[in-house]
Amino acid sequence: MGLLELTDAHLRFRDQVRDFAQRVIAPQAAQLDASGTFPIELIRELGARGWLGIPFPKEYGGLGLDCRSYILALEEIAKVCASTAITVAAHCSLACYPIFAHGTEHQKKKYLPPLLRGEKLGSFGLTEPNAGSDAGATETTVRVEGDKWIIDGQKRFITNSSYADVVVFTASHDRTLKTKAISAFLVERGTPGFRVGRHEDKLGLRASDTAELWFEGCALPHDNLLGPEREGFKVFMETLDGGRISIGALGLGIAAGALEYTLEYVRTHVRNGMPMHRLQWVQELIAEAATEITCARHLIYHAAALKDRGAKITVPSAMAKLYASEVGTRTCRRLMDIIGPEGVSVLHPLERFLRDAKLMEIGEGTSQIQKVVIAREVLGK
Amino acid sequence: MDFQLSADQKLVQEMVREFAQKELKPMAATIDQTQQFPWESLKKMAKLGLLGMIVPEEYGGGGMDFISLAVAIEEISRVCASTGVITAVNNSLVAYPILTFGNEEQKRTYLPLLCSGQKIGAFALTEPVAGSDVAGMQSSARRDGNYYVLNGAKRFITNGGEAGVYVVFAYTAPALRHKGISAFIVERGYAGFTVGKHEETMGIRATANCELMFEDCKIPVENLLGQEGDGFKIAMHTLDVSRIDIGAQAVGLAQGCLDEALRYSRERRQFGEPIANFQFIQGMLAQMATSIDAARLLVYRAAWLKDSGAKRFSVEASMAKFFASEVAVECARKAVQIHGGYGYSREFAVERMYRDAKVMEIYEGTSQVQSLVIARGLLGA
Repeated sequence: MGLLELTDAHLRFRDQVRDFAQRVIAPQAAQLDASGTFPIELIRELGARGWLGIPFPKEYGGLGLDCRSYILALEEIAKVCASTAITVAAHCSLACYPIFAHGTEHQKKKYLPPLLRGEKLGSFGLTEPNAGSDAGATETTVRVEGDKWIIDGQKRFITNSSYADVVVFTASHDRTLKTKAISAFLVERGTPGFRVGRHEDKLGLRASDTAELWFEGCALPHDNLLGPEREGFKVFMETLDGGRISIGALGLGIAAGALEYTLEYVRTHVRNGMPMHRLQWVQELIAEAATEITCARHLIYHAAALKDRGAKITVPSAMAKLYASEVGTRTCRRLMDIIGPEGVSVLHPLERFLRDAKLMEIGEGTSQIQKVVIAREVLGK
Repeated sequence: MDFQLSADQKLVQEMVREFAQKELKPMAATIDQTQQFPWESLKKMAKLGLLGMIVPEEYGGGGMDFISLAVAIEEISRVCASTGVITAVNNSLVAYPILTFGNEEQKRTYLPLLCSGQKIGAFALTEPVAGSDVAGMQSSARRDGNYYVLNGAKRFITNGGEAGVYVVFAYTAPALRHKGISAFIVERGYAGFTVGKHEETMGIRATANCELMFEDCKIPVENLLGQEGDGFKIAMHTLDVSRIDIGAQAVGLAQGCLDEALRYSRERRQFGEPIANFQFIQGMLAQMATSIDAARLLVYRAAWLKDSGAKRFSVEASMAKFFASEVAVECARKAVQIHGGYGYSREFAVERMYRDAKVMEIYEGTSQVQSLVIARGLLGA
């Protein structure tokens, strides 16, 4: 293992995804963003390649690779289309992972194969109108009625929700007990009392699906509890530890994609009679971006390698996400200036990248929440 | 030293603030979405004297100073950056060079039209392959009897699609490089002049940003602005002035972001209290307020220099634009961050402000161009 903790097999897999991303995804990314189209055909194609189940064992329908392979794939996809990347990330890290890590054998056998083979799409419903950073303030409630769980409440900003066949979500048995009374559940599309609400019109990631979920007296079988009762907070905290590496990988991919695009631009354009790549102000922006991207990449790959070793990744993943997401935004912002007045036009992908990048500083815990997580652990509290 | 606005300037500030909050703010989201040029607002603004603020009363203007103009642009941009830049362009990129370099006939013909809003102005300098590199322009005009015959194309022209009066730059003597550029006043409707495609841009979407095409466009010789060969000088001097207003636009947008962030952070409750109580949020608010104040002082200083009759204020104008535009982008980023997931949604104004901010680092000279202007001033080159 080298410094980046990657083997030749990792690099071969990365190249395979890179080829597909550049050849198939890149040409449609701008149009998908402009029209706000969820690329269902493309997602099915990724599924057919096994790329909706990369880091999961073959026995459940996964590709049997590791977290590093998964992260490399996300980076390559995000280089050209962050909307597609977040669809994959939400499915794998937020829906499939908690089922794999906390599900009973019965649940795993029932839900994972179609999800990991990409025949079905998964989603994760945690955020609510009044429970964002404060996930303990979950207002969706669960009560027992006979052998059923009865769910009432609303979720918001839920990725993949309109297309998801299976949703992992949280509900509270007793709101006064905050984090100590939350459980995680599974709900399938079409269950009576469960429906998808309003679609979000958003700044970026416009080819990904974000919508509300509504539960109105939704009755679920007892078997749909995921993990131990009232330990849902733990389930999703651990889920987010992994998810954050993937959000960081998206920030990294967006930055790397922006840099690749800009490199090609400055190699082929002249300004004030000089090839642009020879202008020092251009070199300065490029050198800074390349350095920050490399730092982000090390943090992300290292967190993924730790996850592959089974180590606790709370701090490494929070650090990687905090840094890489900010590098995503900063890199796009700076490199747009190289292109000049055209930089804000949809003729170049950088304006899309800049809009897409901002979510990485917000989703799966804002930068401020990452700082709380990091400081708490660093301080030993 | 006196850091107070004068009584007259304060009156302008109060009047524009009230107008902007009442008339412009409710429209801002709609005109962003529909890309609709705000003609109705502009007619009302003309009545208030906001379209020709720095034009003497004898030509139909408000006879006000550049500090008043900056204050007005700031208050408008605080709620709608599109309307802010439309106003800035009309005043400082079109009315100002006609006032400064035009002959009496030109001033009497065009200034009343611009001040009354009968016609809106546009400034046509940028070309497909000449952004920061002005001397790289391809447009050319040759004298033919009583006309100049203009050929070429301009791009990314704010107000371009809706304007009636254009200040257009073209080579009359290409061999002389920048000393061979001339400026012309071109009216909508001149034969051979057509408006091309509307640019699809990330932000400031209500500004009729368009391509302009000139094919053997006949311009009467009396519409030459200044002398043949004065074009580069006119463009550079005009940009020195208008950069103050882009700085003001940026300060206004940043202030608008702070307004929204303050309001939201007082209302939004997480962990049982308003998020304004959290030190992370307070830190961001304090950084925003401090940087906005610094930017505002730089903008007012540059405007004050212009008002006091200083011959040279390029460095101060560039510093104001350079710093204020970066403050705008950073404040928009923080305002979205404070709003969390909601800030990523089009439901909240900060989503639009985030998209509107970026171009301020780019148009009327990118941050890198401002750096070069500043450095040249420092080095005495």
